[in-house]
Amino acid sequence: MGSQGGFYQSKEFLDLVKSIGEARSKAEEDRIVLNEIETLKRRISEPDIPKRKMKEYIIRLVYIEMLGHDASFGYIHAVKMTHDDSLLVKRTGYLAVTLFLNEDHDLIILIVNTIQKDLKSDNYLVVCAALNAVCKLINEETIPAVLPQVMELLAHPKEAVRKKAIMALHRFYQKSPSSVSHLVSNFRKRLCDNDPGVMGATLCPLFELIARDVNSYKDLVISFVSILKQVAERRLSKAYDCHQMPAPFIQIKLLKILALLGSGDKQASENMYTVVGDIFRKCDSSSNIGNAVLYECICCVSSIYPNPKLLESAADVISRFLKSDSHNLKYMGIDALGRLIKISPEIAEQHQLAVIDCLEDPDDTLKRKTFELLYKMTKSTNVEVIVDRMIDYMISISDNHYKTEIASRCVELAEQFAPSNQWFIQTMNRVFEHAGDLVNIKVAHSLMRLIAEGFGEDDDNADSKLRSSAVESYLRILGEPKLPSVFLQVICWVLGEYGTADGMFSASDITGKLCDVAEAYSNDETVKAYATTALMKIYAFEIAARRKVDMLPECQSLMEELLASHSTDLQQRAYELQAVIGLDAHAVECIMPSDASCEDIEVDRDLSFLNDYIQEAIEKGAQPYIPESERSGMLNISNFRNQDHHEASSHGLRFEAYELPKPAVQSRIPQALIASTEIVPVPEPMYPRESYQTTMPSIPSDAGSAELKLRLEGVQKKWGRPTYTPATSTSNSTSQKTVNGTSQGDGASTVSSMCETYDSRKPQVEVSHEKQKLAASLFGGSSKTEKRPATGHKAAKASSHMVEKSHVPKSSMEVASDKATSAQQPPDLLDLGEPTATSTALQLDPFKQLEGLLDTTEVASAVNGAPAASISPDIMALYVDTAAGIHNKNDADLLSGLSNPSVTNMPGTTAMPQVTQSSSKRPNPKDSLEKDALVRQMGVNPSSQNPNLFKDLLG
Amino acid sequence: MIHFVLLISRQGKVRLTKWYSPYSQKERTKVIRELSGLILTRGPKLCNFVEWRGLRVVYKRYASLYFCMCIDEDDNELEILEIIHHYVEVLDRYFGSVCELDLIYNFHKAYFILDELLIAGELQEPSKRTVARLVAAQDSLVETAKEQTSSITNIIAQAANFTIKMLHKGYGPWGSNALHLESLLLVDVCTRLVDQH
Repeated sequence: MGSQGGFYQSKEFLDLVKSIGEARSKAEEDRIVLNEIETLKRRISEPDIPKRKMKEYIIRLVYIEMLGHDASFGYIHAVKMTHDDSLLVKRTGYLAVTLFLNEDHDLIILIVNTIQKDLKSDNYLVVCAALNAVCKLINEETIPAVLPQVMELLAHPKEAVRKKAIMALHRFYQKSPSSVSHLVSNFRKRLCDNDPGVMGATLCPLFELIARDVNSYKDLVISFVSILKQVAERRLSKAYDCHQMPAPFIQIKLLKILALLGSGDKQASENMYTVVGDIFRKCDSSSNIGNAVLYECICCVSSIYPNPKLLESAADVISRFLKSDSHNLKYMGIDALGRLIKISPEIAEQHQLAVIDCLEDPDDTLKRKTFELLYKMTKSTNVEVIVDRMIDYMISISDNHYKTEIASRCVELAEQFAPSNQWFIQTMNRVFEHAGDLVNIKVAHSLMRLIAEGFGEDDDNADSKLRSSAVESYLRILGEPKLPSVFLQVICWVLGEYGTADGMFSASDITGKLCDVAEAYSNDETVKAYATTALMKIYAFEIAARRKVDMLPECQSLMEELLASHSTDLQQRAYELQAVIGLDAHAVECIMPSDASCEDIEVDRDLSFLNDYIQEAIEKGAQPYIPESERSGMLNISNFRNQDHHEASSHGLRFEAYELPKPAVQSRIPQALIASTEIVPVPEPMYPRESYQTTMPSIPSDAGSAELKLRLEGVQKKWGRPTYTPATSTSNSTSQKTVNGTSQGDGASTVSSMCETYDSRKPQVEVSHEKQKLAASLFGGSSKTEKRPATGHKAAKASSHMVEKSHVPKSSMEVASDKATSAQQPPDLLDLGEPTATSTALQLDPFKQLEGLLDTTEVASAVNGAPAASISPDIMALYVDTAAGIHNKNDADLLSGLSNPSVTNMPGTTAMPQVTQSSSKRPNPKDSLEKDALVRQMGVNPSSQNPNLFKDLLG
Repeated sequence: MIHFVLLISRQGKVRLTKWYSPYSQKERTKVIRELSGLILTRGPKLCNFVEWRGLRVVYKRYASLYFCMCIDEDDNELEILEIIHHYVEVLDRYFGSVCELDLIYNFHKAYFILDELLIAGELQEPSKRTVARLVAAQDSLVETAKEQTSSITNIIAQAANFTIKMLHKGYGPWGSNALHLESLLLVDVCTRLVDQH
């Protein structure tokens, strides 16, 4: 099929690509692109451009847009191109618009008509192209325009069309669940489609539907299980196999669905046990996709009603993942462990060293995943170590997004498990100090509340201790330069509220510090506001305690400065402060009660305390108050807005033809108005809805809207403000998440003692002492006695694991160096390999190799059986090819195929089949030579600069 | 769900971008810049996953090209890795031992193939053969169209030749004028045929 690799574009385009490829800097690239944009702008608006030329222009537009420049001047031409009759041109047009336009772009309205037409085409390829565009471009407003046609396509004879139609409906569901909620039965029907591709596609929308509402799909459990069983038993065509796994993508999707359906449902789960167990057994754990399925099995097992046998298999797989040398598998193992730990917390303990290895791994991704695991297994016994580690890591990274996340996790854990107040305050201080600006302000508020409310126990003594330790630490921290604003707010608030509460510090100490804060952070108005209020509180408490108030001079000057502040908020606070200082003790006690920040403030919404006043006014002849809703003659703003908001979810553009205006419209308006008792005719025919709003506030909206629709027929506005259509009930059924039946064990009872195991390990295994200590502190309290008798066995296992570990890297190094010498490649290409797989592959016996060889060629021939690519599976020929390949390709060395993980991953496959496979895959090494020659001929010679361009991606 | 697909060369040049979730042009540039900084600097033995803004990016390097896909946090990373490989295999079969250069010059083809593999951010077709067949069907349509055009031009050329010869030799029952008219008619028919195809 090498012929398709040719280059059809014009010299001009090739030159463009070439010059961009050779650009030495971003600035140079930008200059070239800007030039190109100018050229295109000029050319594209010329009259009578031949289609071929236009097509190329559009592709060039796609190219410059891909490079991050704006090609919006050409969008309209791409849209025009979709109208073309020829599929070739149309396809390019559709490609361009799907790449250019987001779903909210104005031009989409111009494509809808074409899409409608194309969906009806006889040529299924045209329909496919249109459906591709539907998935990307159709938005909530335009769904109704294409929905009926897409529905019809569900019964199209071509499976490719059915599949895409399903996916389009899935997209519609994502965009607006209500638009397709009545079509759910169609998805169920398509589940029985005789094409596995369509069935597989149906799983996507079903997964989403089930995720939102589990209970209405419980009846499908049996079907899903039987499909999964058939897939696992290889009933599907070989074409769906992937590295000798039967239809793994479908298996994964099904397992995801089963996990949802079986969650917390014993009966449903029991149906699944057998098939999931089968998959565990059958899965080939040496290929990437096999591991993907295994991982999904673990997810499923940890989600459904627990079954001891399955949990055991899951734990086995996890330990295999964690012991693997591949970082990917370790990562998945850690993730899976985090899932399983919810059900059986004891399995973490046997992997503790692996977990700690991951925690100390230089790979950031792995580290973060491990922190996630630790976060899940935090208990009051290990919270100190874990949070400490998390904060250390948080300080070391610069990625703000993750910093925020980990900071909020630290706060959460600290709030939940804090062993002592002292520790809690210290931890929070560290978090705020280092990530204060990133922490959500809510966290700060909850910290303030926590300090105010105490830890929930009714122990006032403990609470006040917490507060005084907080005050103490804050006063110390204030000495540090540059604190985050949020943290300062907390400090100010706490100092104001509790600074003088325990009598340790005098008012002048605290107020002095507060003034310093306000001065040092004079740019931050929020902090200043907090500081002012804190000052006010301190003074108020002093006055209330009948002590003499001496305002510090710096405080005085601060107040004076703020009295003239540009910020009204600060000004107001300053005036309040001034006023409070002037009041007597009794009044101050009322407005600023001590330690009352948690008292509920009752709000009298009816303002009943004003009743007397009103009565008096009315007696004097004042007009009584008319509620806004009863006032007529003016637009009811708030109501109007509500209505608008409500409509946003249900309105839509209409794509069917306008109806003829009905003469009855006029006569109906009064009819609608009769309902209201207080008729205030507002004859505004252009805005019947608003008049309706003002006259009929009391009618329930459902009935109202139905009636309204009648009235609006014929006068509906198409382009203006959204017109009123009956409110389709958005079925936002709150998905009831059933919590898994098992409650989390209370930690201490499930964790078996680590001490013994350590002791037995020590002599053989050289695990650093620190690591062990860390493990002990993470994984358990030592208060428990050893549960298992097999300590020796465990130790042996652990030691063999360690030996393996120390051995494997060495062998993989050897392999790597082998490869390096034989393949003689630039070193950066070696990283394609995953040494584990290769090292095992090399040790297999030659007979197996031969078997594997036959096997794969067979597979290859089966795969290539398609009429398009007929490759004779002649082994001898393959060898010839291989040899030729090695000679001909200068830099794409076939041996590099060895290091290709995906190929290597086959069970029992060895170097030989890989070679044959890679050569059988390319029947004609001439292809690449031709390509090379062609490129050179065209004067494009990037090889001098970047020889990698010619490198086979797979080889 | 896959939020976007990126193909970046080792030098950080963009080879293909496909966005399944809405991103503005500005955001896109930022995303590409951020991710290429993150991914291209990673060592060879680390995992093929990167956490990024609460999402996960799965990447894999083939020769000098990085294939990246951005997914939700609860998706199966290994599956995505396999989808990437799937895509590369289909590309490989289509181009015949695909190399980066193929994708540079035929990026629109790479888009067409991707459109048959993924749709709306989900894998739509797990069978490589089906994908290859569909793409081939679209291409063959293009190709037959081309063949037809070329054969028609052939006919026209031949017809023109023939008439010219006739004219020169003075054969036929018609007068030379009539013959000329006839040939024009023939050419007209042919051009219409061309238009239709």
